[in-house]
Amino acid sequence: MSSAAAVPLAAPRVQPVVSVSGLRVELGGRAVLGGVDFLIENRELVAVLGPNGAGKSTLLKVILGLVRPSLGRVLVLGQPAGRANANIGYVPQFRAIEAETTLRARDVIRFGLDGNRWGPGWPSRERERRIDAVLDEVDGRDLARAAMGELSGGERQRLLIAQALLSDPRLLLLDEPLASLDLAREQEIISLIRRIIQSRNVAVLFVTHDVNPLLDAIDRVLYLANGKAAIGRPEEIITGETLSWLYGAPVEVVRVAGRLFVAGAQT
Amino acid sequence: MTGLRELLAYSFMVNALVTGSAVAVASAAAGYFMVCRQATFAGHALPNIGFAGAAGAVLLGVEPAYGLFAVTLLSAVGMGLFARDLRERDVTVGVIMTFTLGLGFLFLALYSGYAARVYGILFGSILGISAEAARRSVIAAVASLAVLAFLYRPLLFSTFDPELARARGVPVRTLSVAFLALLGVIVSISVQLMGALLLFTLMVGPAATATRIVKGPVAAIALSAGLGLLYVWAGILVAAMSGTLPVSFCIATLSFLVYLPVRLFLGHPAGGREHRRGGDVQRTNHGATA
Repeated sequence: MSSAAAVPLAAPRVQPVVSVSGLRVELGGRAVLGGVDFLIENRELVAVLGPNGAGKSTLLKVILGLVRPSLGRVLVLGQPAGRANANIGYVPQFRAIEAETTLRARDVIRFGLDGNRWGPGWPSRERERRIDAVLDEVDGRDLARAAMGELSGGERQRLLIAQALLSDPRLLLLDEPLASLDLAREQEIISLIRRIIQSRNVAVLFVTHDVNPLLDAIDRVLYLANGKAAIGRPEEIITGETLSWLYGAPVEVVRVAGRLFVAGAQT
Repeated sequence: MTGLRELLAYSFMVNALVTGSAVAVASAAAGYFMVCRQATFAGHALPNIGFAGAAGAVLLGVEPAYGLFAVTLLSAVGMGLFARDLRERDVTVGVIMTFTLGLGFLFLALYSGYAARVYGILFGSILGISAEAARRSVIAAVASLAVLAFLYRPLLFSTFDPELARARGVPVRTLSVAFLALLGVIVSISVQLMGALLLFTLMVGPAATATRIVKGPVAAIALSAGLGLLYVWAGILVAAMSGTLPVSFCIATLSFLVYLPVRLFLGHPAGGREHRRGGDVQRTNHGATA
């Protein structure tokens, strides 16, 4: 005991990017999340999984400060979660916006830079340079003049990630970035995210439905079900034991040809 | 053009052209946001609601423009506050509009005086715009454009991506109310020329046409303002030269005649384009995978 006390603490721990403790969220009187704890470290790629209605998008909104928790503490880089946090880049779930065909991709990306500022925003070379820089990061320079509505799902996702990068965030929250993409496009987006993590020193939390194509690419899984959460390596979390605990009902995980299948729970 | 010079010798023509230009630019700029926000029903409803205010003012012996302005502004703010999202917005707007139209009809029925004033509010007129009213229109239009310029970036952001805008700290709800209030002001200064029933054409026509021809907000707003000016000037001149054609009819017809071929042969802002370059496919849900 005494010798243990004498050992100096390990090198000061790097501050976690997201720190959630005792989080409880109620929406319309129903507890969507109840007692959720986890930490996200810098440069981590974490997939948020769980059945529909498990609170995946809600969790992102709590981190963004858009939904207030009824209990618990949510810190982003040590600061309580709040709106307008420039440290967070956010790509909401895909929703078709009818009028999007009237904007060029470049106009949409610009929102990420100064969409929240008052005034008309006079033309500026510096602004164009910064937009070009993030476009290059996602290989989207040639898409900039296209109308947003003409782009494919994968192109669109790349550009929206570029938009999220414009505030130089330390945390990226991506809600279903892989929805309705084919496998090749999915891999493209994941390797883009990997590249961004390396070059920009960010942590990424993304909601997805099917983790199988990503098992090798992601660091950890945050599995939400029944208001509870479990976080860890995919092989630790996607197990019959952990998922049975989460769902509160017997769940089996079958591994077939390197893919995981969950049986007994509606996902 | 001697005809034009002669016409400009009439002060009512000058007042009409000054008011028309102010109204055209302001409503074209606001119209761009209205079209993109899919709030065109509100643009249709506000002048009709304003009609009730004007009719009520006539009944009370007050200047119709004041009643119109007060009621339009109040209902614009009311719409913004009560209609929380797109789905319930049209219902809210429709309920407010039909109620106030009913009121307007009641005021008309109670009013036993000279009905031409009310008729002018419904259909507009190039006659009877005083120099004072023209001056008021210019001031209100310039002020509206200044406010629009101040709101430009967050309004654009919240128009196209309200959820993300909210996350970035844009006061989306407040902006929505402010925008409708601005529409109320522009409607109030436009009604005297265009009339409540035909004003919609000037607010929506140029912007809807412009968004089909050019991409990007600045280009679309500029083209929309240009088209608005063109319709108003041509409409007023044709109406004045003919002597019989109502000005709002001329403007509405021009707007329609330009929109029609553009709608038929150009662009597709309705998002229905199936053109996909990336070869993505819609994947069905993988059933019970984790």
